[in-house]
Amino acid sequence: MIAVIDYKMGNICSLGNALKRLGTEWQLTADPGIIKKASHIILPGVGNAAEAMDNLSKLKLPDIIRQLRRPVLGICVGMQVMCRHSDEGDAECMGIFDARVRRFNDDNGLKIPHMGWSRIGNMESKLFKNIDSGTYVYFVHSYLAPLCSDTVATARHGVMFSAALRYENFYGTQFHPEKSGTAGERIIDNFLKI
Amino acid sequence: MPAKRIIPCLDVKDGRTVKGINFVGLSDVGDPVELGARYAADGADELVYLDISASKEERNTFTRLVERISERINIPFTVGGGISTIDDAARLLDAGADKITVNSAAAVNPQLVTDIANRYGNQFIVVAIDARQIEGNWIVTTHGGSRPTERELFSWASEIESRGAGEIMFTSMDHDGTRHGYPCDTFAKLSEMLSIPVIASGGAGSAEDIARVLTEGTADAALAASIFHYGEITIRDLKLQLVKYGIDIRL
Repeated sequence: MIAVIDYKMGNICSLGNALKRLGTEWQLTADPGIIKKASHIILPGVGNAAEAMDNLSKLKLPDIIRQLRRPVLGICVGMQVMCRHSDEGDAECMGIFDARVRRFNDDNGLKIPHMGWSRIGNMESKLFKNIDSGTYVYFVHSYLAPLCSDTVATARHGVMFSAALRYENFYGTQFHPEKSGTAGERIIDNFLKI
Repeated sequence: MPAKRIIPCLDVKDGRTVKGINFVGLSDVGDPVELGARYAADGADELVYLDISASKEERNTFTRLVERISERINIPFTVGGGISTIDDAARLLDAGADKITVNSAAAVNPQLVTDIANRYGNQFIVVAIDARQIEGNWIVTTHGGSRPTERELFSWASEIESRGAGEIMFTSMDHDGTRHGYPCDTFAKLSEMLSIPVIASGGAGSAEDIARVLTEGTADAALAASIFHYGEITIRDLKLQLVKYGIDIRL
């Protein structure tokens, strides 16, 4: 059973429907008991990183998540709160990935948020099995995780940044696999097979 | 910069697609979910569904349709038509829409843009602007172009950006339906002025028109209906042609 962590950060319709299309049983939950027993755990998230950390902390989930040994996937803000810190609301985050999340720099007329389909490259993870370098995936974000030792895929919007991170059993994608067409569904499926 | 987006627009009435030809292998062209899935498989980057129903009962039909779209479609989709309150927006978000688009309601009540953006985030709201040239000025119109307002295109676009719109979709009512192309200079000016993406709508008659608005007009995306619905060009073929113009396109 897959646990999708319920911490009131945005709509999880798309993710739930993507899991359903893959024929997977999943449960939306904030119950530590269920989260610990799940085979795979997904931390979704749309919105503000500081608010996301506040919500997780109120549910006493950051320590639970850090101690998980099963595969965990953070998506978008879910990935960002697994980093050390986010400049969005100056939030101390879970510190799983060794990155400090910062805002895109809007010099040179760069459009922010980075919204739309961009190519990923330099993929080094089972998440990207059978995904070609240069595949387009769907992003919506104004903050980025810079390249770091945990980077397992890159993308570019003005600067090169981490499109995906991995540390041990923890994975994160800055893009939305649940909105990234067939490539995105394959990435979710790859995660579920880890 | 992300790839330039190609966005088919589907008009829906009573839960059925209004326009559309019978694609090979598509069992029900009138089913917005089937048609949208076909477009997604053919390479559409996003979909827009516009509810052109009038009554409240039909709105509920549309909400149920949005749930079905969300279950089936694996790319982002925007819904619009008849959104005039934050509750309308909430209902469609809960049904699974990624974004909503507001048009006349924003021109009548700009605070709606602010309220929706504050509550659900900028990425959730696309503001559609219809305008036409009156005595040399681009004047914003409502109700399908029939009612001129006192707003001028560029200042209005600026205002809605500052109110929190995530994207602007601009239709020239002088070009819409003509199939003679887009006013590229106007798009270029809008795009230069704004820091949010601009979607070009209304006027495409050919792949070349779309290529021009994405290059000369520097639009971030092109929305089209009839050239796809009547099967004149498939999304795949259009995208292959756009690549030949050197445009960054997701294939």
